[in-house]
Amino acid sequence: MLEIRGVHTFYGNIEALKGVDLDVHEGEIVTLIGANGAGKSTLLMTVCGSPQAQRGSVTYEDTEITRMATFDIVRLGIAQSPEGRRIFPGMTVLENLQLGAITTNPDFFEDDVAKVFDLFPRLKERSNQRGGTLSGGEQQMLAIGRALMSRPRLLLLDEPSLGLAPLIVKNVFRVIEKINKEGITVFLVEQNAYHALRIAHRGYVMANGKILKSGTGKELLADPSVRAAYLEGG
Amino acid sequence: MQNTFEYFLDQLINGVTLGSIYGLIAIGYTLVYGIIGMINFAHGEIFMIGAFVSIITFLTLGIMGITWVPLALVIVLVMSMAVTSVYGWTLERVAYRPLRGSPRLAALITAIGMSIFLQNYVQLLQGARTKPIQPVITGGMELMSSKMPDGGTYVVSLSYLQAIILILTIVLMTVFTIIITRTPLGRAQRACEQDRKMAALLGVNVDRTISLTFVMGAALASVAGTIFLIRYGVIDFFVGFLVGVKAFTAAVLGGIGSLPGAMLGGLLIGIIEAFWSGYFTVEYKDVAAFGILVLVLIFRPTGLLGKPDIEKV
Repeated sequence: MLEIRGVHTFYGNIEALKGVDLDVHEGEIVTLIGANGAGKSTLLMTVCGSPQAQRGSVTYEDTEITRMATFDIVRLGIAQSPEGRRIFPGMTVLENLQLGAITTNPDFFEDDVAKVFDLFPRLKERSNQRGGTLSGGEQQMLAIGRALMSRPRLLLLDEPSLGLAPLIVKNVFRVIEKINKEGITVFLVEQNAYHALRIAHRGYVMANGKILKSGTGKELLADPSVRAAYLEGG
Repeated sequence: MQNTFEYFLDQLINGVTLGSIYGLIAIGYTLVYGIIGMINFAHGEIFMIGAFVSIITFLTLGIMGITWVPLALVIVLVMSMAVTSVYGWTLERVAYRPLRGSPRLAALITAIGMSIFLQNYVQLLQGARTKPIQPVITGGMELMSSKMPDGGTYVVSLSYLQAIILILTIVLMTVFTIIITRTPLGRAQRACEQDRKMAALLGVNVDRTISLTFVMGAALASVAGTIFLIRYGVIDFFVGFLVGVKAFTAAVLGGIGSLPGAMLGGLLIGIIEAFWSGYFTVEYKDVAAFGILVLVLIFRPTGLLGKPDIEKV
């Protein structure tokens, strides 16, 4: 579904991605784990064309999207809940969701909002509250909900567990599995390697802009070097 | 002075009409600032072009024999909005878009350059002499009258022209507020204001949204141009400068970036000017308007309705 081949991305003179190859197949949860600054978020943003890859190619369902504009890429059915959530703080929860639905037929809106509220009942209670007044966990729910409003086929999630209480983290991962079971392919970037690898079909490990390892979630969980670097003591 | 209340009412009506012009232009400043964080100093010239398109259309309609005022006015407004919007769109496309992402100073200097360019462009095309127009809308209604001590009568009247200006401004501002707060386009604009990158990630065409913002600002400024023309009867290529600066002052006074702020600021500047001219001296009316701005900025740097810039953590 998503093919990333030899992608190099630069921020100015800094090479953030140094030739990344990665695949996401339809129906999977694929996770990308790695330390801070490894280039995980850059890879997600490169998929969305912001920034664009300098070399290499990104292909989504046989369409090369490497040089496409961001707003055209997401119209193909890719949605992202980005690093830092980036909800619109000055707008209400409902307006945030309306913005998520900007690319879809307005007739779907009622149904889609109901689905999101079903997934995150807290958002329904707060639907007229401004985004900036939500707690961290609620903002994360809103960011995921907003991404779902565009009826994506591929959902990119950037550290959905960051800064959340353990109980809420569990809930977020449960929701991700549920979304996946409903047929949405998920590409999940996480530092919380344990949870991510447990729900993922396959995983990649990234460091310094390169993919170090890949395998099924189980294999990586059992891999001694992965355990040492990302699971124990962390 | 006798008839104090009547005199006050007269000045108030004048102030509100003048404030309508400033308010309509100020919206353009505030919207553009909100979405790309630059002061479009050429916006006063957009207003001036709106006034010129209006006068050309009026005269053409006169030659064609269309003199029924309501029809002529509608045609003039539509023409002026359409043509001026194209100028607004082109301005952003040619002068500002290539500079997006460059330092603020570059955009600011370009805006001043475009302002000078547009003034000279109109001067070359239309000549430097002032262009007069016959009064289009005459007559009015008497609001109240009272006896003066010397035996005459003091009449407070609202001319039809002022009534039309007020209604037009109220309608435009209402429609506009609805567009910004209720429609997908308005939501996209506010999204671009808050986080352009995220807006793009959701599928908003950011460039197109910015273009449309310029078009909307230009359309409102062109209406202000039409109003200015029929209210004062003369225009020249330099008319956009002072009015533009005043409208910019209004936007800052109300809180730049805030839509209701621009409307309020415009109204206030208009009223201050009218009262100062009415009770003190006409010569110093600009000093009064700018003086109030200085005071407001000292005590409320974000303007009357502006929100303080809260740093995101």
